[in-house]
Amino acid sequence: MELERKLIKKASLEKLYQKLQANGNKIFAPIIKDGKTEFHYNPSYAEVTYDHIQTIQSLKNTVFPKIENLVRFTTDRNGTEVTEVDLAKVPSLVLWGAHPCDAAGFKALKSIFMWDYKDEYFNSRMNKMVVIGLSCYKCDDNCFCTSVGLNPGATNGSDILLTKLSTGDYLAEIITEKGKEIVNAAAELFEAAPAEAKEGNLAQVKQQFSHEKVTKNLAGAFEHPFWVENSLRCIGCGACAFVCPACACFDIQDETKGKTGKRLRCWDSCGFGLFTIHTSGHNPREVQSQRWRQRIMHKFSYMPERNESLGCIGCGRCSRACPVDMNILEQLIALEKIQ
Amino acid sequence: MESIRKRAKELLDSKQVQVIIGYENGTSNKVRASFIKDSAQVDKLIYDERCTQNLALYLVKHEVKHLGKMGIVATIPAMRTINMLISEEQVKPENIVVLGIGEDGKLLDFPDLTVMESFLQKANIELTAKDKEAIEKLKKMTTQEKFDYWSNALETCFKCYACRSACPLCYCTRCAVECNQPQWIPVQASKNGNYEWHMLRAMHLSGRCVSCGDCGRACPLDIPVHLLTMHMAEESKRLFGVDSGLSMKMESVLSNYKLDDKDNFIL
Amino acid sequence: MSEFEPKIVAFVCNWCTYAGADLTGTSRIKYAANVKIIRFPCTGRIDFMLLMKAFQNGADGIIVSGCHPNDCHYSSGNFHAKRRWMAFRELLDYMGVDVERITFSWVSAAEGARWAEIVNTTTEKLRKLGPYTNYQNLVKSGIEEEL
Repeated sequence: MELERKLIKKASLEKLYQKLQANGNKIFAPIIKDGKTEFHYNPSYAEVTYDHIQTIQSLKNTVFPKIENLVRFTTDRNGTEVTEVDLAKVPSLVLWGAHPCDAAGFKALKSIFMWDYKDEYFNSRMNKMVVIGLSCYKCDDNCFCTSVGLNPGATNGSDILLTKLSTGDYLAEIITEKGKEIVNAAAELFEAAPAEAKEGNLAQVKQQFSHEKVTKNLAGAFEHPFWVENSLRCIGCGACAFVCPACACFDIQDETKGKTGKRLRCWDSCGFGLFTIHTSGHNPREVQSQRWRQRIMHKFSYMPERNESLGCIGCGRCSRACPVDMNILEQLIALEKIQ
Repeated sequence: MESIRKRAKELLDSKQVQVIIGYENGTSNKVRASFIKDSAQVDKLIYDERCTQNLALYLVKHEVKHLGKMGIVATIPAMRTINMLISEEQVKPENIVVLGIGEDGKLLDFPDLTVMESFLQKANIELTAKDKEAIEKLKKMTTQEKFDYWSNALETCFKCYACRSACPLCYCTRCAVECNQPQWIPVQASKNGNYEWHMLRAMHLSGRCVSCGDCGRACPLDIPVHLLTMHMAEESKRLFGVDSGLSMKMESVLSNYKLDDKDNFIL
Repeated sequence: MSEFEPKIVAFVCNWCTYAGADLTGTSRIKYAANVKIIRFPCTGRIDFMLLMKAFQNGADGIIVSGCHPNDCHYSSGNFHAKRRWMAFRELLDYMGVDVERITFSWVSAAEGARWAEIVNTTTEKLRKLGPYTNYQNLVKSGIEEEL
């Protein structure tokens, strides 16, 4: 559909929030708690903040929970009885105030979960979710969305994108049918489009490398000494993968108690040695440099090739979370130049 | 700083070591570990108050270990870690040269590791006032308050295991948390799974933790997990009189005993 | 309403306490039926996580018992165990697990009456403390039952 522009006054934003909540939607919105900004379920509007650069955790938990119950089972003498999870019960969710990079993160996840095999769990959650995005008016030196084809006001992935204008009111860009439904249901809160353009109200994120060039370079860089040189300090924790909006590695585990059990899908990371180890004891990715290579290769080489999507949205969360300063931006800039 | 560079250059030029593990400037005003193999690069090495990472972690890392003999810039917790790693036979003393850093940030001259031992026996190894206060505050709580505090603090944990990876003494290639026959720890990163995982980690580090605090610093979610292991370090001292990492021949607290260990709860 | 009956799991060593508990039975001494005994080769074999497994699976209280010091069938198993419990008990207390719910004791093969007494007093204490809802709630708040 064609993109539609409208104005929503600051005061009306609260009304919209309350209306969505009153309609039985679960809301996931950023609030400040113990000095940290993170998304929480159903906070009161007074707590919601619009001033953060980036939360520590990504928002992928909404569609790809850190623990997903796939099935329940009971075994007895007659065999195993499996109870499917009723996906019709997935509640409708409004993601309130997601930055454009986060919204784009869902596209990257979708390219994995809806690639050859269509993942029903992911899909059900995705279909029940509406993303109300919020353009960024500030950034820090870990942000690099413009280098991966996005920008602080990118509409890709959001259903409605809000941008704060100089008046303190918000420009609402209605991007999808889902977004339009919300606007139509609360038409009284929206006004005619403002004259002010959104461009002047966005953060300035300098483009630092060309991702096409990185992808091209990676094709011949599998054996490059770069990987060992630049990952000596990597300690192989999973912090980067666990805060990443586009990382989709998981591990399936059965947890049983007596005769009943659950099959769970839990987050995992290609940075872990255990991720690839075989039963025989052989590990195809034996050392950390190979695992670090896999992380970059997957995001910037394999995914563009197979899923037609980059596996990175430039939010910089991994660089902020890394305890040993494995800065992904720094490494990508270097990879743009390697021979 | 100059003295560290000078010593590093000497060690590399004389081929006493093949790599120097030190600190260098990182991105966004952070510092990070640096691996210098060429004496022309020693000017990258720095040391200031931002340099808190316990570099002894890298002594047991596969790729680093295989570079050859290692020279390591070690703060007091890192020196204690080196002693623990030697005691637990993870590091051979002849494979390392320690560039010790004293409390004043100055380079210490350790001709061999026994000098480091005697330095440590006199060094200040108290916890920082901040950590001490946090532990005391927790200890004063009622059982219910403590339970609520920890179960809530650990709820957000998503088991990325950064605490484990950042710990130089968590070097097992197969951790108990990954054993599934039996499944010691619930797999899920749920309240219960997280609570028991951190309990297991703290217990396995009892009497071994050198209170460097890297686990807490590594946590991307800022959960104060270091307060668990630090408390256990304090308790080992109180119960068994053992301060970990003060010599190269530490006896493991939990795999030893004394006939006169005093308890007050066994009927 | 009937009185609350606590579920107690006892981890005991094969050589002393298990034999002691056997003697309680052969001596026809009655004691609280709340206890479920699990026999181990030695207290030194009792991993601390087993205690947590008991709580995880709904125990309200735990008894850990083995040979008196110097009487261990393997000479030093109980001394190792003692150190482990000394450290573990501090950790449990620090993390807010109710250590009153765990009874540690030494019961020899000759102390049938003592075993009955320990079980009875522990049961009595746990009746007063009530069910261990704290831990059971922790276990329940696993993954959301409702998506």
